[in-house]
This record gives sequence, C-alpha cells and structure tokens, in this order.
Amino acid sequence: MTVWIAIAVTAAGCYLVKYLGLSAPAGVLERPLVKRLAALLPVALLAALTAQQTFGDGPHLVLDAKAAGVAAAAVALALRAPFLLVIGVAVAVTAGVRALGG
Amino acid sequence: MAEQTEIRTAPPAAAPPSRPAKPDSAVIRDALGVGVAVGLSGFAFGVTSAGAGLGLLQTCALSLLVFTGASQFALVGALAAGGNPFTAAAGAFFLGARNAFYGLRLSAVLGYRARIRPLAAHWIIDETSAVALAQPDRRTARLGFTVTGLTLYTLWNLTTLVGALGAGALGDTDAWGLDAAAPAVFVALLAPMLKDGVERAAAGLAVVLVMVTLPLLPTGVPVLVSALAAPAVLLVQGRRERAGAARRGAGRAAAAAAPSAPRDTTAGPRDAAGEDRA
Repeated sequence: MTVWIAIAVTAAGCYLVKYLGLSAPAGVLERPLVKRLAALLPVALLAALTAQQTFGDGPHLVLDAKAAGVAAAAVALALRAPFLLVIGVAVAVTAGVRALGG
Repeated sequence: MAEQTEIRTAPPAAAPPSRPAKPDSAVIRDALGVGVAVGLSGFAFGVTSAGAGLGLLQTCALSLLVFTGASQFALVGALAAGGNPFTAAAGAFFLGARNAFYGLRLSAVLGYRARIRPLAAHWIIDETSAVALAQPDRRTARLGFTVTGLTLYTLWNLTTLVGALGAGALGDTDAWGLDAAAPAVFVALLAPMLKDGVERAAAGLAVVLVMVTLPLLPTGVPVLVSALAAPAVLLVQGRRERAGAARRGAGRAAAAAAPSAPRDTTAGPRDAAGEDRA
C-alpha cells in the first residue's frame, strides 16, 4: 500500500509540473532566479543520489564493488560512450569485481 | 530518464545544414535515434525496480504514469531503502520539476491547442524537449516531438516490462551488478550538467550533505537536505557578485549587475565557494 501511495503521489506530481509548464502563460517562470534554481536543483539531487546509491547501505556508508562500477561508468562517460554502454559498463564491472570477491 | 543522451544526440539535429526546410526524414531519423537508444534503457529500470521489491504492476505503472526516468529511479531507490512514501515521492517530484521549464519553452514552439495539451504534457521529458527544440520550425518541431515521444514511450514501457519479468529469472540481481545501474544512470545524467563552477559547487556540496546526513537522518531525508545545495550556492554566488559589483564602483556596476548577473554564469561563480568545500 505504501508503495502505491508513493507511486500515485509521484505520478500526479510529475504530470502536474509537466502540464503546468506547457500551459503557464509565458513569463511566469521566466524570472532569472527561478530558472537558475530550476537548473541547479537537478544537479544537486543527481549528485546526492549518485553518492547515496553508490556508497549508501541503509544508514551506513560502504565502499564495495558498486563504487568500482560507477567509477568505470564515469570513465566511459569521459570517453563519450553512449548512454546504454555507460550503464552496461557499470553493471559489468560491478559484477566482475563481486565475482572476484570484491 | 536517460535525459542525458538526448543532449548528446541533439547537436546533430541542432545544427541542420538545411536550416529553412529540414526534410521530414532527417527529423524522423534524429527522433528515432534518441527514442530507441533511451527507450531501451527502460530495461535497466525494470530490473532495478523489481530488484527493489516492487511488483510487476507497480513497476509498469511507474513507467506508464510517471514517465520521467530519473524520478522513477529515485523513487524505487528510496522505497527500496525503506523510506517513507511521501519523502520518497518528494525526491522524485523535485527531480521531475525541471520538466515544467521544458514545457514552458515547448508551449511557444509547439503551439498546441488546449485540447491536445493534456496529452502532449505527459511526453515532456529531456529527450523529447531536446529534439523538438532543435528543429527549425513548428511543423518539424511537432514531428520531432511526436516521433520521439511515441518511440520512447512505447519502448520505455515495453523494456520496463521485459526488465521486470527478467529480474525474476536472474535471481539475485546484485550478483549481476544490476544495483550499479541506477547510480550509473544518475552519473550519466549529471555529467553533461557539470558545465562550470556553479554546477560543480552545487554537486560537490550536495554530495557532502548527503554523506554527512545519511547516518543521522531518516531514510530519504538526506537526499532532500542535499537539494539545499542549489539555493545555498546561488546565495553565495549572488553575495559575491554583489560584493564584486560594489567594489567596482556603484554607478556602472549597479546598472550592469542587475540584468546581466543572472545570465552570466561565468562571471563571479568561477571561484564559487563550494568548489573548495567539494
């Protein structure tokens, strides 16, 4: 039930912001500060989510095979690998390090 | 989700050699390229969601109804960690809020009537916006938006289903390294956003905030706390710009700073405060 509540709230919220953006009169969200905050918010959230999902294990911080996988993904990104390959590299390296007992 | 890819894929479309009349086939090719590549990554979402303990119906409902990848990954990650549903939804919502700004820009470009808008709104994500905004006129923008949206929505949902079904067959998804898919998606989305000092400062500060608060605060809350890095960095940057302007002399700077400061991200922020902290 909890999961369904989260799904319903997320679906409603995410649809609403899309619709509001498309329907809002031009100029409403055009204030420079609002635009800059909107651009910077995903940066902060994505960085935090990356760190949390790489090093977080519940409330603990751990360094395991996943960190190697995400580091490999970062290298792939630096080499301009396409999106799917970046994810594939992260998954493969993580599995490989784990198989080696990392 | 894969909102990154399109940013990389967009430039070819953004610089059409035939500016006035871009052939439909070229628009469709661009749109299909983005739609197929990103649509296929729904598989990673399906597996991640199933691995996080969500049911098949729940996983598919997310791709059908939320349809904005980063938010979906964030939500299942927060739920898997045992977070409160509202905290989890808040993190996903804040990530999805950027779509409002795409919608705002698209409304002028696409010019859809009020009746079409509720339908078109659902497809407003990074990829469709990138393709549509790269087109030279309204007709090709609509074509690009529709083809990207249709391809991506169809594939994203199909591959979500396949991934969720496949996760069961895989058994322990961690043994396959699939728990690394979500953070890899986030890194891939984040990388092109780290254009200059302000973005890097916000990202660095957010990482510090989440790592410090992770052991202290309830599940899901640390990510929300880390969002404060964005206004914090803007605040510091604004202060620096004002201080710099004051030093340069009141008259000239006062006139210049107000309108130009927000747009000129490279002016003061290069030495932004967060950088040393990060």
